[in-house]
Parts: sequence; structure tokens; C-alpha cells
Amino acid sequence: MSFNIEQLRREFPLLSQEVNGKPLVYFDNAATTQKPKAVVERLIEYYYKENSNIHRGAHYLSQQATETYENARETTRLYLNAAFSHEIIFSRGTTEAINLVASSFSKKFVNPGDEILISAMEHHSNIVPWQMACQERGAILKVIPMNEKGELILEEYEKLLSNNTRIVAVTHVSNALGTINPIEEIISLAHQKGIPVLIDGAQAVPHMKVDVQALDCDFYCFSGHKLYGPMGVGVLYGKEEWLQQMPPYQGGGEMIKEVRFTGTTYNELPFKFEAGTPNVGDVLGLEAALRFVSYLRHDEISAYEDQLMQYGMEQLQTLENIRFIGTAEKKTSVISFIFNDIHPYDTGIILDKLGIAVRTGHHCAQPTMDFFEVPGTVRVSFAVYNTRQEIDILVEGLKKVRTLFG
Amino acid sequence: MTIKEKEQEIISEFEMFDDWLDKYNYIIEIGKSVPVIDSQYKQDQYLIKGCQSQVWLHASMEDGRVIFKADSDALITRGIVGLLIRVLSNQPPQDIVDADLAFIDAIGLKEHLSPTRSNGLVNMIKQMKLYALAFKAKQQGT
Repeated sequence: MSFNIEQLRREFPLLSQEVNGKPLVYFDNAATTQKPKAVVERLIEYYYKENSNIHRGAHYLSQQATETYENARETTRLYLNAAFSHEIIFSRGTTEAINLVASSFSKKFVNPGDEILISAMEHHSNIVPWQMACQERGAILKVIPMNEKGELILEEYEKLLSNNTRIVAVTHVSNALGTINPIEEIISLAHQKGIPVLIDGAQAVPHMKVDVQALDCDFYCFSGHKLYGPMGVGVLYGKEEWLQQMPPYQGGGEMIKEVRFTGTTYNELPFKFEAGTPNVGDVLGLEAALRFVSYLRHDEISAYEDQLMQYGMEQLQTLENIRFIGTAEKKTSVISFIFNDIHPYDTGIILDKLGIAVRTGHHCAQPTMDFFEVPGTVRVSFAVYNTRQEIDILVEGLKKVRTLFG
Repeated sequence: MTIKEKEQEIISEFEMFDDWLDKYNYIIEIGKSVPVIDSQYKQDQYLIKGCQSQVWLHASMEDGRVIFKADSDALITRGIVGLLIRVLSNQPPQDIVDADLAFIDAIGLKEHLSPTRSNGLVNMIKQMKLYALAFKAKQQGT
């Protein structure tokens, strides 16, 4: 490992605090990661020295801000290895990116009787926008089933791909289970029938290198805040050929070419999909986060996080009455479990008292919880700054939970 | 005993504990021991949904007093439910409506009544007061 973990943790000031009188152990990274100094400092610098509304401003600050904003788009293009920077649309987050596609794509390409295909392990954000689109367009939502390990059943997927399927929307990594889906195969099977694929990358991008051209996906979305970046900013990558054909999502400033009361012509990509004043500051914060992750190197991050996962599994397995939810062959950075005899909420409350932050509940994936017939799970999710010692503290905490409730 | 007297009684009990672990142990014990609801009432119509844990609540009127029965799927929530029942059940409707339940804060469990916890307890208290209001209106109507 090329990075020094102690040094790395010092880049995240929040981590060194105490919670309930105990040193904080932060294992809720799938919900949001903490922010390194480089990101926070970039935000400060922008607001102290560079803040200005961008595009079409004649003055110095506006031109500078426009340039740095567009540079951030180029950094993001490089990060995802997209073909063109106008294929990068900044959004408020993954949810907004999916809503954009669900709304605009469906208006153009989805008609009554058509089908939209999602999977059984989606986050609500990759379910509800498609339900809404189906309702509006008179289309039918179909669901790729999963097996008891929490892996999608590809044979069933193949059967579900029909001449009526207009788009497939699948998560790269499940937020509740940690399953890494075989999206290369999912994409190529859909493409054999000329069907585009949207990938929800919110849980994948923090843990692995994503190359949208190699994947050949048609849309890819992620959020900045799960990738050490600021909240309120995210990315939609879309292939030019689709984005060109899709109508705008929202109307307003930035997205227009000419406005007359008799009619409006729309701006070109990417501005067509960025109505209103963009979130310049957070986009620059996101750029700093991308640089931070690139500096650490994705292969190093993955290798380290895989070690943590493996160690975590080994340790947690020793606990009595534990049931792991999601035991896919290919997983990353999420361990979801319940004690058969203890409610997840009770576990979460006691861990919180011990300064350990985990997530309990349905993780915005109620259909997934229903599938496993659990009210919710305890989810431990790792980031690059977590340590083995923290896993030991967690295991001690869980032993305490067992003595209290077991 | 009035609501205030019951609250005071609980506060005194909790004063014995000097660390959080003992306190939670006690709540868990209450959660385990209180037979709070008949299974016939553990149905959707009595369910108060929280994101994290769920609460079932049933109310009836006997001799001018509201009788509450409740339950939860999580043990800590069930323990706090037990405390709320002890304080609010078998009381006149108006007293229930007026109760400020300051004891929750006094025994250091306020965090469990934050709406962000989403454990069903906030809605349960709201629902208890609504029942009390409804019974009061019924009383005055007859």
C-alpha cells in the first residue's frame, strides 16, 4: 500500500472527534463519505476569491469562473474516460441524474405498452423515477430478479429483454448488499437488441475505476458526496447520440439559445441539460475530490478496501446468530447483516452510544429488504480511511449488543 | 396517580443509574417484561410506521379514562413505549392532551423522540393525543 493510513486520516479532520465520549468510528460511508481538506479548501478558495456567475459574463471574474467550471467538466470527462466533455452533465446528484434521463428519454422514446427494465436490488432512486415515467407514458416496469445471495439472475434478464424494452436501468453496486453487478454483460446483452443501458454508479465510483467507453454504457450517474466530494453535486454521463435526441429536462437560463414569446430554441450540449445557475462551487469541490482519489490511485484504494472487507467478514463471522444479507461472489465495501434475535434498530442505538456510526433500516431499498424478509439490516460500509482497529472496535461493540439483547 | 406523579416516579428510578449502559439495560428489561399488546391488535390498522422501527397502538375508553396498549418490533423502542404507556394510560383524556412528557428529557432519552430517529415514537405520542382528543369530544357529545 502506497499511502500511510495515519497521514491519510489527518486529511479528514472530522474523523478525529469523539462521539458520546468515544473516538468516532465512521462506518456509514455508503451514505456519505467524509471530506478531505483539499475539497473543503477548494470550496473556501472559490467563495473567497473566485465566486461569480458563469457563461456570457464580460467581466474578469465571470470569465475566470467559466473557465474553471468548464475545466472541471474536462477533469470529469478524463476521470470517466468519456469521449467528449459535452457528454458530462452536472446535476444535484445521482437521483437528479436518473430523474433527468427517466423524464427526458421517456418523453422521446417510450410509448404506451413499452417496457422499462430495472433490477430487484435498486435503490429507490432508480425505481421511483422509472415508475413515474411508466405512469406518464403508459409503459410497463419489469424487474430482473436476484438469487438468495443477492446476485442478479442473468438468464432471467435475457428472457426479460424484449422487443418492447426501451431502456435498462441497473445499479453498478448495490447500496444495501454491496453486490458488484456484471454490468459489462448486462450492457452487451442489451446492446445486442439495440437497447440502451443506464448505470447507477453512486456506490461504485468511490471504490473502483470506471471507464464509460470500455463499459460502453449509454448513461452513467454518480454523486459527489459519496466520493469524498461536496453534497449537492453529481454527474450524468450520457452518450452524445442519446443526449442530442432527448428534449431538455428543465427550462430556464443557461439551457436556451434564443427566447421569444413565440417560441424558444435550446442551447447545445451540455448546457441544454443544465438549466439555471450551475452549482459552480460544488463542481469545483467535486473536481478536487476526483483529483484526491486519482492521487491515491484506484487500484490502491480497491486493494486496501478489499482487505478491510475480508478482515471485517472474518471477524463478524465469529459472532453468534449473525446472518449476512448479500453474500455475492463479487462484493465491495459493504457488509450488511442482522442478528436473528436482535432488531437492527436496537443494534444501531447501542453502537451509536459506543461512538460507532453504522446505518440501520431499509437503506432506501425496501424491495430488497422484502426479498430477504427482513425489516432492515445493519450496514457497515467502508472508505479508504477506515482501519482494522476500527473493525475490532465494531466487533467489541457488537459483542456488547449481544450481551445486552441476546 | 396523576401523569406528573408517574413521570416523577420514573425520573427517580432513572436517577439510580450513573452510566448509559445501566440505563439502557433497564429500558431493555422494561421492553422485555411489559406485555404491551394483544396479538389481535398487531395489525396494519394499528400500525404507526417509522423508518427504523414500528409501533402498534390501540386505545379504548373505560370509566372516563383512556387505556392504551402498544408494542414495537425493536426492544429499545418497546421499552420506551412501556414507559409512555405507564405514564399516559388510564388517565383522563384532557390530562393526556395537556401532558408535556418532560420526563423523557429528564431521564436523558430525548434523542429517541427526535423525528429524525424515525422510530415511530413521535407519531405514537401524536396518535395518543389524537385518541385522547377524540374520546374527549365523544364524552362531551353524549
